[in-house]
Amino acid sequence: MSNLICGSALKYGDNINTDIISPPAYMELPIEQAAQYAMSPVDETFAARCKPGDIFVAERNLGSGSSRETAPLTLRALGIKTIVAQSYARIFYRNCINLGILAVECAGTGSISEGDQLEIDYQQGVIHDRTTGEELPCDPIPDHIMELVARGGLVEYLKERIQKNA
Amino acid sequence: MGMTISEKILARASGQPSARAGDIVWAKVDKAMMDDILGPRVEIAEKLKLLGAKIWDPERVTIISDHYTPPANAKQAEIVKFTREWAADNGVEHYYEFAGPCHQVMVEQGRVAPGEVVVGTDSHTCTYGALGAFATGIGSTEMLGVLATGEIWLKVPQTIRLRFDGALQPGVMAKDVALKAIGAVGHNGATYKAMEFCGTTFQSMIMDERLCVANMAVEAGAKNGLIPYDGITQTYLRELGVDGGYPYESDPDAVYCQDLHFDAGSLEPLCACPHEVDNVAPVRQVSGVAIHQAYLGSCTGGRYHDLAQAAALLRGKKIAKGIRLLVSPASREIWERCAREGILTSLSEAGATVLASSCGACLGIHSGAIGAGEVCVSATNRNFIGRMGSKQGQVYLGSPLTVAASALTGRLTDPRDIS
Repeated sequence: MSNLICGSALKYGDNINTDIISPPAYMELPIEQAAQYAMSPVDETFAARCKPGDIFVAERNLGSGSSRETAPLTLRALGIKTIVAQSYARIFYRNCINLGILAVECAGTGSISEGDQLEIDYQQGVIHDRTTGEELPCDPIPDHIMELVARGGLVEYLKERIQKNA
Repeated sequence: MGMTISEKILARASGQPSARAGDIVWAKVDKAMMDDILGPRVEIAEKLKLLGAKIWDPERVTIISDHYTPPANAKQAEIVKFTREWAADNGVEHYYEFAGPCHQVMVEQGRVAPGEVVVGTDSHTCTYGALGAFATGIGSTEMLGVLATGEIWLKVPQTIRLRFDGALQPGVMAKDVALKAIGAVGHNGATYKAMEFCGTTFQSMIMDERLCVANMAVEAGAKNGLIPYDGITQTYLRELGVDGGYPYESDPDAVYCQDLHFDAGSLEPLCACPHEVDNVAPVRQVSGVAIHQAYLGSCTGGRYHDLAQAAALLRGKKIAKGIRLLVSPASREIWERCAREGILTSLSEAGATVLASSCGACLGIHSGAIGAGEVCVSATNRNFIGRMGSKQGQVYLGSPLTVAASALTGRLTDPRDIS
């Protein structure tokens, strides 16, 4: 995994909870179908606008509420591999990491707008907003978490652990 | 330096003499719980096979089909069928279905003991903190890791201590205590942290009510909620036939990151207004709001005490014309007890529709969704946009008594205003 991640921002505000990301009424569908309704309570155009490599950006308390992994799974199915927010609800954060989605904490997401071209250097701990020219500091990813993400998530880690013990 | 209950439990579970907030530990899991909606069918079944792994200890695992029972359509029926068959194929004997929301079933079936580490694929797993367990919700892939290894890494949480002193006024319930706490802490004020509830209010609070408070801890973002083990816990568990576990209490010199005090005697009925659980206001302040549906049920507000209180308020009266009051007892056992004692009859005679024990209406997946422009007052735990059906609907959370009182008048109503 390169240390630089580039992509276009899909921008939302505070308290984007898991009922918004993964509305309960569609959870019975296979993930690819459910993904078409991701974010629909606040933005019905989301799934159609999402492009592989886009960066999901929110403000405070992203992913609050349910433990449902269908929230990050639907985002991943739409091609999102990186998320930036000011703060996260804890189960959602863990779910992202376990699925190999990079979840970056950045206090300055308020100045990022929809469509901004972002370049995230998660080792240096800085986000360059190429559209505005701003440099936004972000928290470096702790080593034990980066290890999981770099492997592609918890399943790959478990594979190694099980092979080692065999 | 002393330890909190959470620190003691995680020290024991990770085989260390002590643990401190901030430490990262590998904890042995005592009990794991999966439901139908986020259990085996999401990542778990497929990836466990891929890993060639087996469940580390099926005796410690419980699977409960509760969200999609009774199924509303063929897709939901397939999920329940898959869950049932997967449990059987993987040697999980503690499988329940059509028995009610998982957290009440876990407690009633004696699947949780104090001081245990319990994880579940539902955020309200924190409910078991009322029994003194360290219980937290996890995602499906995380559960896969637990099933394969019996362990989970956890950051030992800091603890917020919430002390409630005084007797609750008539008409005020544990739900009001929970909403008071969440309103004060904020919906992300306890993120990554433990909430420990104590004080004279909790010392005399029955277990049905304690379970409601611990259940709501995640609505402040908390990793877990805890009520210290005491005589009430002991008696409750003895009646269930649960022995074992580790009854911990926090040391007098344990370190808390925040200490909050509340005068429970002056607490009044509260509600959480749309669309956030910390958007808390006294019911009297919003009592003009017209409602269409009232819902009494779920792992938060469908216990025996909840239904008994609501029935006592409604007995001999009729709910307002055009209003629907839906009641879903939080388990089959509660359903049967309430039937035996005439509580369901009282509710039905007042105009309530009694439903199966299920998670359905709480998250709008069957048995009572609301339409655009409709308002529901609900004894459940979340009022997020679209939570109970239409995203143009609105949900106000309140106590079972507030739900019953509002059903009588057709408007949000403080139960103290019903004569």
